[in-house]
Amino acid sequence: MTNHWRDIKNADLILINGANPAEAHPIGFQWFMRAKLDPQRGPGNGGGAKIIHADPRFSRTSAVSDLYLRIRTGTDVAYFGGLINYVLQHDLHHAEYVKHYTNAPLLINKDFNFKDGLFSGYDAATRFYNVTSWGYDLDGSGSPKRDDSLQNPRCVFQLIKKHYERYTPEMVSAITGIPQADFLKVAEMVGEMGRADKVMTIVYAVGLTHHTTGGQLIRSGAVLQLLLGNIGRPGGGMNAERGHANIQGNTDNALSWEILPGYLKTPAPGQKNIDDYVRHSASKKLGEFSWNFFGTNYKKFTVSLLKSWYGNAATKQNDFAFDYLPKIAENASWLTIFDRAMKGQMEGLMLEGMTATSIGPDVSQILEGLSKLKWLVVLDAFPTTSSEFWHAPGMDPAAVQTEVFLLPATHWIEKDGAFTNSGRWVQWKDQVLPPQGEARHDHWIFADLFQRLKLLYQQHGGKFPDPLMHLTMDYANPLRPELDELAQEMNGKDLKSGKRLATFVKLQDDGSTAAGNWLYTGMYPEKGNLAKRRDGVQDIAKNDPTGMGFFPNWAWSWPLNRRVMYNRASADLEGRPWDPKRAGIKWTGEKWVGDVPDYPSKMNPKDPKAWAPFIMNGEGVARLFSNSMSDGPIPEHYEPMESPVKNPLHPDVSSSPVAFLYDKHAGRPDRFGTPDEYPIVATTYRLTEHEHYLTQQVRKLVELQPEPFVELPEGLAQEKGLQTGDMVRVRSKRGKIEVRALVSKRLGPLHVAGKNVWQVGIPIHWGFVGVAAEMYPEKAQHWLVNALTPFVGDANSRTPEFKAFLVQVEKV
Amino acid sequence: MATVSRRDFLKLTAIGAGAIGVSELGFDMAHAYEVRQQLRIAGATESHSICPYCAVGCSLIAYTRKNADGSTALLQIEGDPDSPVNEGRLCPKGATAMELANSNRRVEQPKYRAPGASDWQTVSWDFVLDKVAQHIKDSRDRTFVTKDHDGKVVNRCDGIAFAGGAAFSNEEGYFASKVLRSLGLVYLEQQARV
Repeated sequence: MTNHWRDIKNADLILINGANPAEAHPIGFQWFMRAKLDPQRGPGNGGGAKIIHADPRFSRTSAVSDLYLRIRTGTDVAYFGGLINYVLQHDLHHAEYVKHYTNAPLLINKDFNFKDGLFSGYDAATRFYNVTSWGYDLDGSGSPKRDDSLQNPRCVFQLIKKHYERYTPEMVSAITGIPQADFLKVAEMVGEMGRADKVMTIVYAVGLTHHTTGGQLIRSGAVLQLLLGNIGRPGGGMNAERGHANIQGNTDNALSWEILPGYLKTPAPGQKNIDDYVRHSASKKLGEFSWNFFGTNYKKFTVSLLKSWYGNAATKQNDFAFDYLPKIAENASWLTIFDRAMKGQMEGLMLEGMTATSIGPDVSQILEGLSKLKWLVVLDAFPTTSSEFWHAPGMDPAAVQTEVFLLPATHWIEKDGAFTNSGRWVQWKDQVLPPQGEARHDHWIFADLFQRLKLLYQQHGGKFPDPLMHLTMDYANPLRPELDELAQEMNGKDLKSGKRLATFVKLQDDGSTAAGNWLYTGMYPEKGNLAKRRDGVQDIAKNDPTGMGFFPNWAWSWPLNRRVMYNRASADLEGRPWDPKRAGIKWTGEKWVGDVPDYPSKMNPKDPKAWAPFIMNGEGVARLFSNSMSDGPIPEHYEPMESPVKNPLHPDVSSSPVAFLYDKHAGRPDRFGTPDEYPIVATTYRLTEHEHYLTQQVRKLVELQPEPFVELPEGLAQEKGLQTGDMVRVRSKRGKIEVRALVSKRLGPLHVAGKNVWQVGIPIHWGFVGVAAEMYPEKAQHWLVNALTPFVGDANSRTPEFKAFLVQVEKV
Repeated sequence: MATVSRRDFLKLTAIGAGAIGVSELGFDMAHAYEVRQQLRIAGATESHSICPYCAVGCSLIAYTRKNADGSTALLQIEGDPDSPVNEGRLCPKGATAMELANSNRRVEQPKYRAPGASDWQTVSWDFVLDKVAQHIKDSRDRTFVTKDHDGKVVNRCDGIAFAGGAAFSNEEGYFASKVLRSLGLVYLEQQARV
């Protein structure tokens, strides 16, 4: 989230796409309801807000929304694109914000174009874009050329305007299935939100991310928000509702192939030293008013990370042990891991609190991959569909040669440490209970394994042992590091004085500081662990002095306890809040007050040399147009890989032209279904009573939602002769499930591209492990919904397309 | 009495006069509720936790008591009324967190399944840690790439992957990230992508 949960009460209009917060994040949803219903309308109190829910399925979120739009899954770029078009055609954008705070005036390379569904630079043979033509047109000094009148046809503003001209209400309706009249009602409401005294938030979840166009689905919302001047403001932003207790925190800590802690890029082959790495990885300063804070400090953050990991072995002479960092040449994400496993290129896999068998798409391919491993290690508190994969329904254990280890790990309540929530609030928790049975903490298992490995390398030698030998283990007991010690290591310190730092601004690139994750520098300064702070709603007047819900002394928020990101953009050029009733920060004449400013705290905004507002970007402004995406600088609608219709915008380039096709590359048979064989659109969803697969171990929750089902619209059920409670088989090109039918009015017919289309919805939570599976072992053989989902991901992130695929439905 | 929070009770009882409590709360139910709550958590240790499910980050209060045999009894988990995120509220998942914490379905000992075997064996920690360490070393040494085809230094392990981390603390994730990268692992994945 750019903002945070409680901040949603500050909004005037709430757009919800690809999310169902009333059911999936019910307690977070109280802030939506306060925005709508709180009678104390006034600064920070909300009240009177409107909610618009666009979703394939009418849910409890829709029931309390002011407008519900039945949208075809995976078409939100068309919806947001249509809103962008409406705003620009009617001149409803926030003109001052757009001109000064976004790249709207900057000119783009003259070779850039977009034609028949393809951007310039496309290579059909490799399904890849060369993005050179998506860059700025630079002047002699290396600054982007600009036209502050926004009239030059090659300025970003005009390119965006032209791009979305095609997204007329008719076209939006043809793609999404939303009736034009409903769409125009939304457009009118959204159009109001470009006024300085109005603010809108967009909230989304995996309903936007789980698509081959997921990155662009989100970017299209962000572009709309920037045009309306709603990024950086209380009550605004692009807000991702995340689904696991610490999914945010361990993204920050880079349990992810493409980043190091704090969103530093992983180094690539050919980068010979740190300077070379920084040159390739850090954003460059473009223009004299750009601070380029991240780019400028990239080396300091990197060197401090290496000092933290390699201590005295990281010296200026050896370039701070830069060689110790592995260099990755290709995408190494989830789908690639299992693609390699199927090819026999992966020997071992460790799964920690995450079950591949249920989580990955196309379970028969996942099971094939797991079966080809030499060894599998599962660290978990409960048995999972992965620890038990070798005797899953349809598997012959004798034929599975994978050696499997199940290591009992402690649970969240058996250890301390911090969880970072969706709103970036880092909240410390206590150890409440001792470990159950022989369960051990995950990090103690890792520490112990590490020491055993180190000994093996010391005794027997082996490949490149240097990083293992020199990795810092400066803990009171290296076999049992305390999470408090690790929190201090992440925060970092001055190596001369030994004092912990209060801000990452103090980090150096000469080896005199260490910080394991610069983004968390400031959480644990000398005065103590700020994530433990508890000044909350027990005294609102004292603990929320601005009334905006920042609660600066409740826990700690990255970066630097800032509660709303990009908050310099909440005030105008002179430092006055766009809306004085909903101030993010403001300039007093001497300093910035309010939230922790995303800006130098004493920089006078009227100083002619004051930095531009978006300090993390090389341009100093936000990007309506970006060359950092692999599938286009402007979000464009592409159909899901499996779609019932051809793309009405450009039928010859119907789906993403750059999504990576794993099966094709590997020479495996095509696994995509066609609409003649699989005419029904399916999407997956979550239920209030379950969280992924873990809650299959909680009897009370299984009692509340005991059995899987497929939700069908009444008309389709009639066609198929189905009633609620009947057993149905749902088939895709890849597999099948057999579950009960739930016939409901929550789904309905869609008219898209001249065709009537049915959508069905399938909750994801069941498998062959857990309380329900033990009660119904026969039925549970066909409960894994990922038997249906396609092995393909987003062109940028490779997030699988769980949310849009084709199926056939029949009575069993 | 659902509208009266436990903290309200504590405040009212702190005022000290039963009569005030009675007049404000209504008589029987309030008293019964108060007595029940006090019996359950009187003298208990109050700890703070965070809900283990979604990323709203609802604060929890957990009450425990030491048993005579030295073990710890978890008495109750409830929403923390002081939190600006949840203000004491919990959804059905958070409200049943106690069943997750006190579960007889846990894995309590290390288990091992040999290649082709049709059953688990219960084994010791030393057994699994030695075997897994040896596997990691063997696979790492077999698949480690020091220089790529172009002679560029890459120092990476191509044959081992890791996925996980959305369920444990930041500090554990940081530690895993640090240790795994020192082994040269690049196939690192987390729930965030899937």
